Amino acid sequence: MAVLVETGHAAGPSTTVRRADRPYWRRNLPLTLVLYAVLALGSLAFVYPFLWMIATSLRSLAGVGSAGASIWPSEFLWENYTRAITSFPFWRYALNSLITTLIPIVGTVFSCALAGFAFARLRVRFSGVVFAVVLATMLLPGEVTMVPQFMLFNNLGMIDTLYPLILPAFFGSPFYIFLFRQFFSRMPAELADAAVVDGCGWFKMFLLVYLPLARPAVVAVSILLFMSYWNNFLGPAIYINSDQWKTLPLALAGFQSVNGTDTPLLMATSVLITLPCLVIFFVAQKQITNGITFTGGR
Amino acid sequence: MNPTIGWIRQLAESWGVPAVLVPLVPFLVLLVALYAVIGLAAYGAKRAWPRADKTIAFWLFISPWLIGFLVFTVGPMLSSVYVSLTSWDLITPPKFVGVANYTEAFQDPRVGQAIKVTLLYAVISVPLQTALAFAVSLLMNVDLPGIRLFRTIWYLPSLVSGVAQIVLFLWVFNPQYGLVNDVLGKAGIQGPGWFNDASWALPTVILMSLWTVGGAMVIYLAGLKDVPTSLYEAAALDGAGRLRLFWHVTLPQLSPIILFNVLTGIIGALQIFTQGFIANGGPKDSLLFFVYYLYDNAFQNFRMGYASALAWILFVIIMALTAVTLRGSAFAIYYETEMGGRRRRPRLRKG
Repeated sequence: MAVLVETGHAAGPSTTVRRADRPYWRRNLPLTLVLYAVLALGSLAFVYPFLWMIATSLRSLAGVGSAGASIWPSEFLWENYTRAITSFPFWRYALNSLITTLIPIVGTVFSCALAGFAFARLRVRFSGVVFAVVLATMLLPGEVTMVPQFMLFNNLGMIDTLYPLILPAFFGSPFYIFLFRQFFSRMPAELADAAVVDGCGWFKMFLLVYLPLARPAVVAVSILLFMSYWNNFLGPAIYINSDQWKTLPLALAGFQSVNGTDTPLLMATSVLITLPCLVIFFVAQKQITNGITFTGGR
Repeated sequence: MNPTIGWIRQLAESWGVPAVLVPLVPFLVLLVALYAVIGLAAYGAKRAWPRADKTIAFWLFISPWLIGFLVFTVGPMLSSVYVSLTSWDLITPPKFVGVANYTEAFQDPRVGQAIKVTLLYAVISVPLQTALAFAVSLLMNVDLPGIRLFRTIWYLPSLVSGVAQIVLFLWVFNPQYGLVNDVLGKAGIQGPGWFNDASWALPTVILMSLWTVGGAMVIYLAGLKDVPTSLYEAAALDGAGRLRLFWHVTLPQLSPIILFNVLTGIIGALQIFTQGFIANGGPKDSLLFFVYYLYDNAFQNFRMGYASALAWILFVIIMALTAVTLRGSAFAIYYETEMGGRRRRPRLRKG
């Protein structure tokens, strides 16, 4: 097969190659039109509920009933948003959500980068075995440890505080350790040699040489973590009972069961909860795509 | 609460530590003490074996993970085995009951229902999601003007996740005012009750899960971009048509990525919780997902022993499904190696 590939290149601009030079859509116009039709229809199906959410969040309660499936913005009741913020302690919950998102991100990134660096660059006896253990824990469902972990935090007197949602993040997560290891493995080993010659300690080398160079990985992992911590529901549902420590998803769930019929209010709140993720997406679209790609098993 | 912990807390309170930080103090004290011991040990080891600094550094670097692994995974797992053999409501001391929790679980009709609902969800939604995400990624891989915009649009719903997504879809599928039934009504079809109908609730959740295939799509898309064009050129020179190119080049090249996504998809699907929670288990337990039932037993009824037994049953189910997937897919996965790649053959049974 290798021979064939080489002759293909050696033959120069053969007909197949020249055809491939032209953009695909120019080569087969009818097919292109069909593809566009499929893309447009699919996009409509995918984006429609999303637009409907925004449209509904701006309607009056009566307007929701008469509008039905329409996303035409006939009303602009911005006060739905003010109502969403004032009818429950929105900022309090947002603050709780932010605390349980940002601090764990820092903890996870640091602990995972540290371990990932060790697995990539400090190859010592048993490091391979330990790494296999890390990978094995990736398959372990968190539910098995859910009940005993609750007892652990109960023993520590941390039930109904934000701490159970924050502290475990500082002790690494196998998946992100794996990602950081992959990233550090691809960096040139000469960096380490140079730093060793300079009499740099391992930790200093990690902090001053490797971590700054791992910026793309840090950004990508942070964004992925933001999406998952921000939307975390099981954790708050287990540990938080009192109103003052609720996070936004938990508050929205409670809101749904209390104000289950006030559609515009619920949609406005949902939009507000989704908003940070949307903003991050449009600011860091490229990093997100890179990050997701990075997690895809390559 | 542990008496020692309580004592440290009282001490902290008497020193005027802010009330919010009081629960953190015992934890920090324990952690600092632990790291003092580790630091001393590392220092001693460095004095004794100066040339082993790399080994010492390695263990220090992974120490956060190692401590977390022992404290938050191994310890809880071991105690979970014990707790699953007891009857415990968190208030009175645990009472040893042997395998009674397990025998009860096997006779509990709601456990059967929970397993049925959860497995059905996983077995139907994961293949559907995979097929859809893969098909969409093929579509998005075509080099058309404006394709980036379409990619963004299809990915956008993935950002509406968790509770917000469920709240939205409760209304999209609302029998009276919802988006879907309004559209169906205009087409002259009387839409079903969706979430309110016991036989429609699970299909509705599956349908809802398809809305967020954008994440998987991006992964497959990246995989498609990574397939070396030389492979396509060579196959085309050999006279392969579009279908055979797909079957003999694209699919084998992407098979490891597909397997990884199917595996994580199955594990994730078996752990579905929020949908069941918001719907309160659904009409007639039609959305009684296993983790929701586990949660209900542990944190609503405070049956810690029974919940731990359920957790172990879930563990066995997840491991079994993972093993079946790995085994069943072994013949179809193509791993690139330095020798040029090979198809992994399923191990032949001995004897």
